[in-house]
Amino acid sequence: MKLSQLEVGQKGIVKEFTDLEMSVKLMEMGCLPGEEIRIDRIAPLGDPIAIRVSGYQLSLRKFEASTIILHKN
Amino acid sequence: MKADIRIALVGNPNTGKSTLFNVLTGLNQKIGNFPGVTVDKKVGYSQLPDGRTAEIVDLPGTYSLYPKSQDESIVFSVLADSSNALVPDLVVVILDATNLKRNLLLYTQVADLKIPVIIALNMMDMAAKAGITIDIDALANSLGVPIVPISARRSEGIDKLKSAMSFANKIALQQNSIDVRSIAPQIVDGISHELNIENPYLALQLAHQHEHLKFVTPEQSERIEQLEQEHGFHSQKAQGAETIARYAFINDLLYDTVKTPATAHDETFSNKIDRILTHKIFGFVIFFATLLFMFQAIFSWASYPMDLIEGFFMWAQDNLKNTLPPGPLTSLLVDGVVAGLSGVLVFIPQIAILFAFISILEDTGYMARVTFMMDKLMRKVGLNGKSVVPLIGGFACAVPSIMSTRTIESWKDRMITIMVTPLVACSARLPVYTLLIALVVPDDKVWGVFTMQGLVLTAMYVFSLVSAIIVAWVFKLILKSRERGYFIMELPVYRMPRWNNVVFSMYDRSKSFVLEAGKVIIAVSIILWVLASYGPGDRFEKIEQKYASTAYAFNFTPEEIHTLESSEKLENSYAGVLGQFIEPAIKPLGYDWKIGIALITSFAAREVFVGTMATIYSVSGGDGDTASVLHKMRDAKNPETKKPVFTAPVAFSLMIFYAFAMQCASTVAVVYRETKSWRWPAIQFVYMTALAYVASFITYHLFQ
Repeated sequence: MKLSQLEVGQKGIVKEFTDLEMSVKLMEMGCLPGEEIRIDRIAPLGDPIAIRVSGYQLSLRKFEASTIILHKN
Repeated sequence: MKADIRIALVGNPNTGKSTLFNVLTGLNQKIGNFPGVTVDKKVGYSQLPDGRTAEIVDLPGTYSLYPKSQDESIVFSVLADSSNALVPDLVVVILDATNLKRNLLLYTQVADLKIPVIIALNMMDMAAKAGITIDIDALANSLGVPIVPISARRSEGIDKLKSAMSFANKIALQQNSIDVRSIAPQIVDGISHELNIENPYLALQLAHQHEHLKFVTPEQSERIEQLEQEHGFHSQKAQGAETIARYAFINDLLYDTVKTPATAHDETFSNKIDRILTHKIFGFVIFFATLLFMFQAIFSWASYPMDLIEGFFMWAQDNLKNTLPPGPLTSLLVDGVVAGLSGVLVFIPQIAILFAFISILEDTGYMARVTFMMDKLMRKVGLNGKSVVPLIGGFACAVPSIMSTRTIESWKDRMITIMVTPLVACSARLPVYTLLIALVVPDDKVWGVFTMQGLVLTAMYVFSLVSAIIVAWVFKLILKSRERGYFIMELPVYRMPRWNNVVFSMYDRSKSFVLEAGKVIIAVSIILWVLASYGPGDRFEKIEQKYASTAYAFNFTPEEIHTLESSEKLENSYAGVLGQFIEPAIKPLGYDWKIGIALITSFAAREVFVGTMATIYSVSGGDGDTASVLHKMRDAKNPETKKPVFTAPVAFSLMIFYAFAMQCASTVAVVYRETKSWRWPAIQFVYMTALAYVASFITYHLFQ
């Protein structure tokens, strides 16, 4: 399951990334494998999205969110 | 000023680093350039308790030593290059106590470079409010560095931080965070050996960044490249492994020292605000209301100080004229330098107010939400969520708006924003539009409420925004992107603005505008003065002789003679000759040589149009009184056809010309300053002028 498929308020645990370049940037910002991510909100026009991770709020585009693979729960 | 110790401030964005810098240095700071790159260098001085003077360097905010923008690349090159004149004796890493985990990543990287370091733990008051408890002693012990809790906003803990700076060790005593060597053993050993580097983390960083560093010679860089090939070094994989190892270390560290409640107070508070401010409908309504307020404020609040400044300069010009002996030097000083200076200083109120708003919007965290809301829309035309603010600010003045594009990280997005911002109808176009509309558009009521003239003016504003968006889209197709675009951005929690930061930003931006753009504006004003006050050959002398003859003194009052004389002089000045010279080129647009002079002088600033028209049509005094200019322009007849010069096609063609043409020396200067190259202002000038020409040509023939 990709992060981009979650609804607002849903949570997931990061498993892996599909894009190496993006993963390096995301991990620096605290989006690491094993971290819990919650979707806080989606921008009024449907993109980007705001997520809660590592104790703060991060916004990223849907495409970037689609490179984050979550654990099945 | 000579300093005894150099201290660099390093930290994530939104950690209060700039606030701390301002608290430490006061107004005792200056902005320069880092050698060879286009990033502003902020340096200030601070007195330490032991009597030494510290030079404080504010390095750009960054989340890691691996740079994502040009700003960020400075951090590593300043810290790592021991031959650099800027290499710090001590690094103060500012950490946000409410978000230690992500903040510590950068700390561990800096610490591993083994530069003496101390930690300033900022926002302790916020952390306490959020219920976060931090065992500072345990944390300091585990890391092996002094940690000073501070609140930069409230200026708390600053004395303790200063004494920690004066007691700081000359050698680095911090603990290692991770085993750096194990990430790429052969590479680290190889580079350490080749370049004679002791620090393994420096060696590893060189493996990643050697191509972009000035202090690595091409031979060394090639050798590093060979080593990487030999051992199959993959930069991104190594960086990922390092980040994971660092976060593992940080998680261990925080497990014992920091207790965070399940949901921090700030977070829920911010979320509540966001439910309204980024709401599908209210979000946009509030955003546009904010813009409207800002726009109104820039217009109405700035008008009083602007009138004062203009009044002062008019008074100064009169006084100088009366006290100094008449002659070319006085004229140069009064009509060239002082007039040019007033042209610069008159913009200060607008710049200061715009930047007050921008710094409030940024400080509170609202700007990040605007970016978040508008990104999708702006991305479609090659812009970025962050382009919204400069574009809207462009309605007031392109100069401060272009300065505000610095917040856009993506090079391509920022360049496109800079290129199209001057198309937005700025306040300098307003006098030109009102004059021309009053000339040719009837003052009829439309549907009872609107006036025809008001609607045309509104149409010009809408038209400007539409053309900016279309041109942005064209640039999106032409410009090659230097990096892959992405939008991974922190949404900081809402906070009250820091009022002294707001005041400081007003002061800082106004100052750099006066110093940088001012030089060009004054130079152009002087050139224009020369062109308008002198003519080729002995033409001026002949005119003077002509009007000195008794026939004139007999038939006209001295004022009338003066008016006639100065308008004939203008005709024969270099500017007038130039106007006649370009007449064939502007004839297809419907303009004569007199309009040509106005076009040329308007290249200094658009509002000069009205004043030039006033002088050319010899309005006595020539002080730019719109009503009388209007009258004279309405009466102006073509000497050959005896028909009015300013017909609807000519006026509309002129309006379209002013809508597109880059007639603003200040904007050219500020684009040069922001892009640090003449290439961009040149491209901008050419494309805008070409667009102006073509569009005016079409308009003229369409209306005819």
